[in-house]
Amino acid sequence: MAYEAVTNTGETLAVAETHGWNSVISDWSADKQTFGVPWGKAMMWIFLLSDIFIFSCFLIGYMSVRIATTEPWPDTSEVFAMTIAGQHIPLLLIAIMTFILISSSGTMAMAVNFGYRRDKKKTAALMLATAAFGAAFVGMQAFEWTKLIVEEGVRPWGNPMGAPQFGSSFFMITGFHGAHVTAGVIYLLVVAKRVITGFYDRKGSYETVEITGLYWHFVDLVWVFIFALFYLW
Amino acid sequence: MAYVAIADQVQELHDPTTFIRKYIWSQDHKVIAIQYGITATAVGLLALVLSGLMRLQLGFPDTFSFIDPVNYYQFITMHGMIMVIYLLTALFLGGFGNYLIPLQLGARDMVFPYMNMLSYWIYLLAVLVLVASFFIPGGPTGAGWTLYPPQAILPGTPGADGGILLMLVSLIIFIVAFTMGGLNYVTTVLQARTRGMTLMRMPLTVWGIFTATDLGLLAFPALLVSGVMMTLDRVLGTSFFMPAVVSMGEQLDYAGGSPVLFQHLFWFFGHPEVYIVALPAFGIVSDLLSTHARKNIFGYRMMVWAIVAIGGLSFVVWAHHMYVSGMNPYFGFFFATTTLIIAIPTAIKVYNWTLTLWRGNIHLRVPMLFAIGFIFTFVHGGLTGLFLGNVIVDIPLSDTYFVVGHFHMVMGVAPLMVVFGAIYHWYPKMTGKMFNETLGKIHFWVTFLGTYFIYLPMHYLGFLGVPRRYFALGNTEFLPDSVQSLNASITVSALIVGSVQLIFLYNLISSLFKGKPAGPNPWGATTLEWQTPDTPPTHGNWGPALPGCYRWAYDYSVPGAEWDFLPQNFPPEGATIDSDGIVRSTDGTPA
Repeated sequence: MAYEAVTNTGETLAVAETHGWNSVISDWSADKQTFGVPWGKAMMWIFLLSDIFIFSCFLIGYMSVRIATTEPWPDTSEVFAMTIAGQHIPLLLIAIMTFILISSSGTMAMAVNFGYRRDKKKTAALMLATAAFGAAFVGMQAFEWTKLIVEEGVRPWGNPMGAPQFGSSFFMITGFHGAHVTAGVIYLLVVAKRVITGFYDRKGSYETVEITGLYWHFVDLVWVFIFALFYLW
Repeated sequence: MAYVAIADQVQELHDPTTFIRKYIWSQDHKVIAIQYGITATAVGLLALVLSGLMRLQLGFPDTFSFIDPVNYYQFITMHGMIMVIYLLTALFLGGFGNYLIPLQLGARDMVFPYMNMLSYWIYLLAVLVLVASFFIPGGPTGAGWTLYPPQAILPGTPGADGGILLMLVSLIIFIVAFTMGGLNYVTTVLQARTRGMTLMRMPLTVWGIFTATDLGLLAFPALLVSGVMMTLDRVLGTSFFMPAVVSMGEQLDYAGGSPVLFQHLFWFFGHPEVYIVALPAFGIVSDLLSTHARKNIFGYRMMVWAIVAIGGLSFVVWAHHMYVSGMNPYFGFFFATTTLIIAIPTAIKVYNWTLTLWRGNIHLRVPMLFAIGFIFTFVHGGLTGLFLGNVIVDIPLSDTYFVVGHFHMVMGVAPLMVVFGAIYHWYPKMTGKMFNETLGKIHFWVTFLGTYFIYLPMHYLGFLGVPRRYFALGNTEFLPDSVQSLNASITVSALIVGSVQLIFLYNLISSLFKGKPAGPNPWGATTLEWQTPDTPPTHGNWGPALPGCYRWAYDYSVPGAEWDFLPQNFPPEGATIDSDGIVRSTDGTPA
């Protein structure tokens, strides 16, 4: 099966339509481009691949010092517990933060969908909602840091509960992730503004919304690993 | 409607007009490449001077009062780090990668030129931060280029006050710059090739640079993370890498960290880094050999797969740098096995280079001399790698001059042979002028033979047990007196080889003004960069229409063909090649 595509110069190109492994082979043996995606999207995927290695190194480094240290590791479910209305609930704040961040991925996915339908208002609204969720996440992280530093006396170089590497890893990893979320919120706001002003209508493509989404989902996915490996272990 | 490749779309070019936009804040990949090249060469000259100072001390101890042990360790550290990262990585990827990828693929520029420009300026910032450490109190760090903790950040190590911080910050900035450039190179190779340019028609130069950039994007994260952790150890007093330490009779505040973790992270970057430098060299040398032997590269597909296989394997060998670090001995068994497996694809490449020369019509021009010099030096450096890859042979040789000889041969001299060969090869395209052949040959023979006078004796010193990184040997019972005479002879050779590089620089600069016009395709090469309508290529590279690609890059001496080379844009329906080596349609218009 083949179909035709028309270029900007009016030429028609025959495009082979294939499935499964054949399509992988035809992608990699093609001229011009390997993947049928815009440059920015391909670059974002490659960047995320590189970023995966950064977070993997952080997490493996953390696990390694956790094994190496001679002092006992603090009980995370106790450290991150909160007492609300007399109830002692372990990991409550982290659970809410996780819920918020995963919800933001939902609104982001919907924004991408409405972007491709050229629904400017809904796209922008959903992106702003995503950014608001992200900002809420960072805000709660700031609250969590303050609580640990002021009330529990946790410092990067030591803490009263046990191994000093607990605080070091915590501040380094959540700090680096929080910086990613903050950058993502700014990124979302910039793109949302361009959606509102009609920049992508003039450009003829809402792909940038999807590229922003790729980054946002990645930051979200990384949090799942941090949650599992730092808070639940 | 299907997505239409951007290579098929007509692009409007906005040529920069002002001097500043054209040569300073330029987004043109060729200008950025030359900016990278000049900066890397400048900082490389600094590292060369440092190595000369080190050799002066080693060859003639107690003679030069201005070199004390502290300076010596600072020189050693800065020499190593500059050469590996700020010279070789930046020159091969930022320099040659930037210049050659778009030209050899028939693209107008990198996919994101603005980001490409930022990449250079951030790289320059990294270099300035690094060089600034010479001017702060305490001077640059003297921790050795591997920066092993705990000693790297403890008082008593030279530069432990500020030098180590500037080093770490500079590395982090460099990684940001590299990532910006690297994303561009990879995306350009994958997504912006001209019509007909399939991956398996790309010149091996592009394959080498592409794979090396992939390695960089996956390996530099480990260096970034170890840099961040060590910065925190130094600044905030965390203990990622710091165990409990008693220093100068005083118990420090560190406890419970893992110094071996740093070594793992560092070498998870450090070993791929060897191939980040080597793979572009492999690719470029393949093209030089094929062009100047007027013969197709032997086993193109195997060459591509060998590059990819070496790239993949380079991620599972890192701990062969750590046999004496005290890690679990069973790891040594695994890493020795994977290390020796790398010899297979590497040997395939060496055989294929040799077989490319076999019965070729070899023109011993300057780039070819350097390419052949590379085969010699690389084989010599590679063979000693087999010694060091074996745990049981490595342990007595570890931290001796054998190691110094090995890695300078395989990672210093061999890639630099390719750097020189490549500069001579593409100089006519980059400047439009031909360099001075005689000076080039003098440069080659002194450099090539001189490196043997420098590094072969080092292997022998290593067998004798001379330890590396020592400021002075003093009265060492087990070493014969001849060690000192050898050291003196090495120093003299090193100074000669070092100073002959001035001839190279003189040649490059004076040929700019006095060189004969080179013409667009002086070597009769097949790759697309020799087919640009202007020499040197102008902004946008190709004029109104992109060149097509109809064949692989190695159609030299094709039986029955009218010319001894058929460029990649030589169409199947036939065309003519004019006296400049440019393909013309049969009606005389550019192909």
